Amino acid sequence: MATGEKRKYKVIGTRPLRHDGVDKLTGRAQYGADIRLTGMLHGVVLRSPHAHAKIKSIDTSAAAALPGVRAICTSADFPDQVGRIVELGEGAVNMRHLSANVMAHDKALYKGHAVAAVAADSIHIAEEAAKLIKIDYEPLPPVMEVLGAMRDDAPLLNDDVRMTEMGTVKPETKPSNVAAKFLFTKGDVTAGFAKADIIIEREFRTATVHQGYIEPHNATVLWNADGKVTVWMSTQGTFTARQQTAELVGIAVSDVKVVPMEIGGGFGGKISVYLPPVAAILSRKSGKPVQIQMERAAVFEATGPTPGSFMRVKVGATRDGKIVAGEAWIAFEAGAFPGSPIAPGCMCVFSCYDIPDARVEGYDVCVNKPRSNAYRAPGSTQVAFAMETVVDEICEKLGVDAAEFRIKNGAKEGTRRVDGPVYHRIGMIETVEAIRDSEHYQSKLTGPNRGRGIATGFWFNAGLKSAVVATVNLDGTVSLIEGSTDIGGSRTGIAMQLAETLGIAAEAVKPQVADTDSIGYTDVTGGSRVTFATGIAAVEAAKEIQKQMVERAALLWEVDSASVKYEDGKVIGPAEKSFSFAELAAKIHEVGGAVIGHGTSSSAEQGGAFGTHCVDVEVDPDTGKVQILRYTIAQDAGTAIHPSYVEGQMQGGVVQGIGWALNEEYFYDDKGVMRNATFLDYRIPTCYDVPMIETIIVEVPDPAHPYGVRGVGEVPICPPPAAIANAIHAAVGVRMRDLPMSPPKVCAAVMQKK
Amino acid sequence: MSKKRVVSATINGNTTEFLCEPRQTLLEVLRNVLNMTGTKEGCTNGNCGSCTVLLNGRPVTSCLVLAVEADGASVRTIEGVACGSHLDPVQQCFLEGAALQCGICTPGFIMQTEALLEQNGHPTEADVRFHLAGNLCRCTGYDKIVRSVLAAAEFKRGEATT
Repeated sequence: MATGEKRKYKVIGTRPLRHDGVDKLTGRAQYGADIRLTGMLHGVVLRSPHAHAKIKSIDTSAAAALPGVRAICTSADFPDQVGRIVELGEGAVNMRHLSANVMAHDKALYKGHAVAAVAADSIHIAEEAAKLIKIDYEPLPPVMEVLGAMRDDAPLLNDDVRMTEMGTVKPETKPSNVAAKFLFTKGDVTAGFAKADIIIEREFRTATVHQGYIEPHNATVLWNADGKVTVWMSTQGTFTARQQTAELVGIAVSDVKVVPMEIGGGFGGKISVYLPPVAAILSRKSGKPVQIQMERAAVFEATGPTPGSFMRVKVGATRDGKIVAGEAWIAFEAGAFPGSPIAPGCMCVFSCYDIPDARVEGYDVCVNKPRSNAYRAPGSTQVAFAMETVVDEICEKLGVDAAEFRIKNGAKEGTRRVDGPVYHRIGMIETVEAIRDSEHYQSKLTGPNRGRGIATGFWFNAGLKSAVVATVNLDGTVSLIEGSTDIGGSRTGIAMQLAETLGIAAEAVKPQVADTDSIGYTDVTGGSRVTFATGIAAVEAAKEIQKQMVERAALLWEVDSASVKYEDGKVIGPAEKSFSFAELAAKIHEVGGAVIGHGTSSSAEQGGAFGTHCVDVEVDPDTGKVQILRYTIAQDAGTAIHPSYVEGQMQGGVVQGIGWALNEEYFYDDKGVMRNATFLDYRIPTCYDVPMIETIIVEVPDPAHPYGVRGVGEVPICPPPAAIANAIHAAVGVRMRDLPMSPPKVCAAVMQKK
Repeated sequence: MSKKRVVSATINGNTTEFLCEPRQTLLEVLRNVLNMTGTKEGCTNGNCGSCTVLLNGRPVTSCLVLAVEADGASVRTIEGVACGSHLDPVQQCFLEGAALQCGICTPGFIMQTEALLEQNGHPTEADVRFHLAGNLCRCTGYDKIVRSVLAAAEFKRGEATT
């Protein structure tokens, strides 16, 4: 269902079949692990069994002697890196730390940390060889939890990490696990709380969780005799993968070509590189192409996760339901190296509300877990869980409707966030209104142990850089080349924007994702940016084509091009002369060469995305199991280009959020070993766990995009944990403040209440 | 390393002979020996369902089947679902219903759905959710998959009566 005015577009808002659909439905689509090269070797990475240990020596001689082994590498094969900070498009990284993450230097910092790798004629020989590598470890005590790691007497992970405060290090600062501190303030928080009639302050914890993409990481690399390196891989960003790989192996960026294979899910976890530099070194040493595919356990133990957290949130409101002040103290687990999304977490905690006085303090803290990475609206889900359950408690205490409270206090155009920026046109309040007015929210929920909850979430949405090239074919179609890897149907969304601008059918555009030598620089597929920013580039390319088509028509008609215009998919000249796009396309070579349009996008900034969710749950008081009975999501998509894939993003985000809320967690033993590194024990939702997810697409167009697009991918994951916690409270009267809200925890809370 | 064995199986209707080591799984042979990479690997321990194929008509996770066990068996994979250039009704309904995003789990879901609709031409939503619970999808939230399976069942019923 779409709200708003009558459709003014021909292509946008329709539901064409996706261009890559048949390939993916018939098994023909080539994902990263599907490429086969002549003479290709198979690689295996040997990983640390310890969560924290000194690596005293590595002896690879027995492995090297095994027949069929072609190359072995350790960190000694990688060039030294200085601690330079490099922007990867969705977060920055210290190159020395990235190198040490790809292959451990002198210390293993988490169970599963790569320490050596082997390439052999078959995967089985490589596995046998890896077992023959002898490593002398000196185990050290691990620190697994964020508050523990902040203590002065905590085991220290990195001796080169000193706390930065808002980006700078004070000279006297000693090495510590606390890598960064952020502080954002707005107004006078003490004076703000003095105006409050009610103040709620609560503490929250969330577990480490994984993005859980079904396709494991993979890389196939050929280091050719001419020094040129080609990488075939599934990645969210070919250009960042190129840069990371080039820098980590010490060659020029232009000597690396990254070929994007189809990607089997990423959700933020396929931006940092793990395997390409390793496979590159093995290829250089063996002279053959090397393919490495991660095992599932390694995917859990060594990639991904999004931080576990500790949060304290305090909100004050007046008796008539106006929020007057907010304060938050947040600590995120960075994992082995600095770089958790603590800054966006701090910026998001109060982002849904217009709060006059606020203060947010946040810490990025190293612990002996895999280095954390972006996961769908990184940092926002954790803080939404905390803030939105505090808001629910205020509504409960004041006796006001949770939707009306959010409408009264909601952020809108002109609201200044605690970190400074002032919102442009946004649709926060519209999403709450859509939920309030929905049949779901208006319906009566009956039955014992059942309850309803709502929550709202925010994500910034990124702009960044994109490039496309579009070429007119003589048969009236357009070949579209883009640099944005397509995780969920974005080829079609970009093609539709080009088609709309040219006035041709979506099917007449042939989109293709190209390698790094074949298209201009394009940032990662992340930050909900592709439909927005690559869309802007496609519209620009289409306008360039329009201009050239006008010139061609003028030449054909032998008239001044100023008397020709492009309108509604037609080129119209004087004296009722006109060409359809296809008619003119067939004639372009009569008066010139190829018609090619280029488009880039670099500086556009999105206005931000909001969503409000409503969920009904039933709690089994004997087992603590929470069943989702009904779920509705209302989200501002700006303008929905392809409504099916907008709904798909919303539904997928919700179900990931349900998993985070109810089941998913890294379960570590006291030695820092993850005990549930399989999809059986790290339990993501199955289709048996969830109902249909009802969607309401709200459309408040973003003025920064020619068609009003807002990215839709990330924000749907933010509200579910809070909405479900609020529904559990409505059902059985307990407040859950610790994720996941798994059966044992819910059961214990219900028992305690009795 | 044990000696390689000769295995003969009917794969997508064609009698196929291949050499494999006894330790190689059916998934590994399909992908790395026969170059049929449409069957996907997600976990290699039977938890995700991406590698689902039909072995003598029954859905199995091919990562948990040894290739030598396929000797004399009939195997159907995603490559054998479409008929020439025509999509099967299940594939067509998935395409029209936008039931895939990244697509890595899709071959497994298609094979599992083929097995379901063989046994049960009138599945309810609950039947579909129960039958597909061994196949993980991280992108879609399952809504459009379940709807597409129901649509495929309806389409096949219509086909059967005409």
